[in-house]
Amino acid sequence: MENKTLYTITIFSENMVGLLNQITVIFTRRGLNIETLSVSPSAIEGIHKFTITTFSEHEMVEKVVKQIDKRVDILKAYYNTDENLVFQEIALYKLPTDKLLSLGSIEDIIRRYNARILDMTEVWTVLEKTGHYDETQALFDELSAKIGVLQFIRSGRIAITKSKVERLSDMLAAMEQMLNDK
Amino acid sequence: MNKDHIISSPHRRTMSGSQAIAEALLHEGASLLFGYPGGQALSIYDALYDYRDRLRHILVRHEQGAVHAAQGYARVSGKPGVVVVTSGPGVANTVTGVADAMMDSTPIVVIAGQVPATLLGTDAFQEIDVIGITQAISKWSYQVRCAEDIPWAIARAFYIASSGRPGPVVLDITKNAQIGTFDYQSVAVNHITGYVPVPVVEQAHVAQAAQLINHAERPLALVGQGVVLSHAEEELLAFLKKADIPSASTLLGLSALPTGEPLNTGMLGMHGNIAPNLKTNECDVLIAIGMRFDDRVTGDLGTYAKQAKIIHFDIDPAEIDKNVKTDVAVLGNAKETLPLVTALLHDAKHTAWRDSFKAPMEKETAAVINKEIYPQTAALTMGEVVHRVSEATAHNAVLVTDVGQNQMMGARYFKFKQTRSVVTSGGLGTMGFGLPAAMGAKLGAPDRTVCLFAGDGGLQMTIQELGTIMQSDIDVKIILLNNDYLGMVRQWQELFYNERYSETVMKNPDFVKIAAAYNIPGRSVSKRGELDEAIREMLGTKGAYLLEARVEAKGMVYPMVPAGANITNILTGDGAYGK
Repeated sequence: MENKTLYTITIFSENMVGLLNQITVIFTRRGLNIETLSVSPSAIEGIHKFTITTFSEHEMVEKVVKQIDKRVDILKAYYNTDENLVFQEIALYKLPTDKLLSLGSIEDIIRRYNARILDMTEVWTVLEKTGHYDETQALFDELSAKIGVLQFIRSGRIAITKSKVERLSDMLAAMEQMLNDK
Repeated sequence: MNKDHIISSPHRRTMSGSQAIAEALLHEGASLLFGYPGGQALSIYDALYDYRDRLRHILVRHEQGAVHAAQGYARVSGKPGVVVVTSGPGVANTVTGVADAMMDSTPIVVIAGQVPATLLGTDAFQEIDVIGITQAISKWSYQVRCAEDIPWAIARAFYIASSGRPGPVVLDITKNAQIGTFDYQSVAVNHITGYVPVPVVEQAHVAQAAQLINHAERPLALVGQGVVLSHAEEELLAFLKKADIPSASTLLGLSALPTGEPLNTGMLGMHGNIAPNLKTNECDVLIAIGMRFDDRVTGDLGTYAKQAKIIHFDIDPAEIDKNVKTDVAVLGNAKETLPLVTALLHDAKHTAWRDSFKAPMEKETAAVINKEIYPQTAALTMGEVVHRVSEATAHNAVLVTDVGQNQMMGARYFKFKQTRSVVTSGGLGTMGFGLPAAMGAKLGAPDRTVCLFAGDGGLQMTIQELGTIMQSDIDVKIILLNNDYLGMVRQWQELFYNERYSETVMKNPDFVKIAAAYNIPGRSVSKRGELDEAIREMLGTKGAYLLEARVEAKGMVYPMVPAGANITNILTGDGAYGK
């Protein structure tokens, strides 16, 4: 992955059948892997937001985002690097309760990693941690080494830009203006 | 669901979805359909029966033919071509044509029947995932699952296909949507949120482009199909003349300027003219207009026009910096942007620069062109047949080609006096494109002579369309350049694969007899002395005609820039140019 940077691509669209396929085929053609993917309704009703991360060269991500933005069903697509974003992932860890207790201090783990317990039985315990990849990974590595992790799942990245407003609202306003000018 | 800007008529009539398809097509100004019926399109065809007087339907012999015919129609007329097919294999057979139309920015609307919505995803008879298959190769594809959505979907399809950078749209219409009834209202779509067909023109970029051109000593303009698609031929000529800019055309940009225009120095690319290819790497400002720097135009990008400032006029922002890094991008419709730049240009003369094109042109004429069109050898050459047909039509005909040597010879030696005179499969290079595309071209330009040049390989890929030509009485002049080889592949084998002719030898049927079986008159010629007479007979015949020219077996298309080579590394048949 020399010369490659992790880019976060944000895509707005109406939630239409087959939309994700339209996006992923563009990655496929360029031979780009999707690192993480997260889709959810946006602040604007009826519009969904896709957040995709990918390792790429700058020229390539620019071309890919233009190709995505060009699709009729896509309202807007843009990309950012980490310094322009506040971002987060969430991870869940299922652990054997007996071994967790044998660590001596659960409090130490919870405090150091700012994790929390979601559920617990005599057999297993589920921890949750939000953070950057490195942070959720560090907790995973420590738990794996010390007591073993029964199950582990990490979400795709969600991200918010450091600019003041969600850019889609500007874009939609401009589009409406264009229509009124016609 | 959608926030399209829709204008609906107040008149409502109760009808089926299938009737609504016909009404909506009429509302979009369609008058001609290419298609093939089948199980899940029966309801549509039943409705079309009542519209026979207003919607002429051409029954093709294979769905691929329907799409290529629609492409030919669209390319010469500028109007979207319409295709109607059934589900499963019917629509699967359109895939090559849809991909071809996407590559070549051709507006077509494919309407496909689909199994009833209740059966979707169940592997029902003749069900395929049309949307999944066509999303990557179409401008838009959409599944209509209820009759009420049909007027909107068809209006949207036509709007998307023909606005901005044109392209193919696929509508997958389930059986229940076809037979369901509803209150039909005509609909027009002229705005889709998030879709910007024509980008806003940036005045600053217009000024920067003009400034670069005003300071240029050796400007060169590259003319693409964007000029034709935006009807900017006159604006282009005014632009070129004002600053005395020599130009050259891509394959699809041919005929945007007349062949005889002094500022037109020929065709670019792998089999283009030597002068503009050489000058690409000598100019100081390269002005690309509605073209996309295809690898067949540029050769090796690492050595392409590195000395030049690059100005790129395009309607599609995704084309900017895709292959060649641009210094100034002028986004917008060329018909609008070219005059804006022209207004800022100084009158200029680049006499010495323009004169420098003459020597390589003379060299090409001596080394390649004269040998090809005035051969001293016994056998007919492909180029001389093209040349003689072009002369006999006074350069007013529409050139349709298949793919391969016939295509390159057609592009090199056919001459043009009017725009929209070239129909060829550029980006996808689809063998079998020619015959059906020629049918569509004739129906799109009924007052013009349509001449198809095809090879013996490509013709046989869609030869069944002779049946369509017979049934619908379509006047296409088919010139078969028969060398009993897959000629272009053979040429590459000769040049790059040690003359190992792996699977390029063709044992061919009697083509004239095949045509005769379809009631299409024809004639085979192999002697130079018979050629003009045969061409006269062809052009004098009312209706379709097949002229088989038995050409030299191992003809070569020169000049040639090997794939991926520097664009100035040009083979002429006498070794490399200038070496």
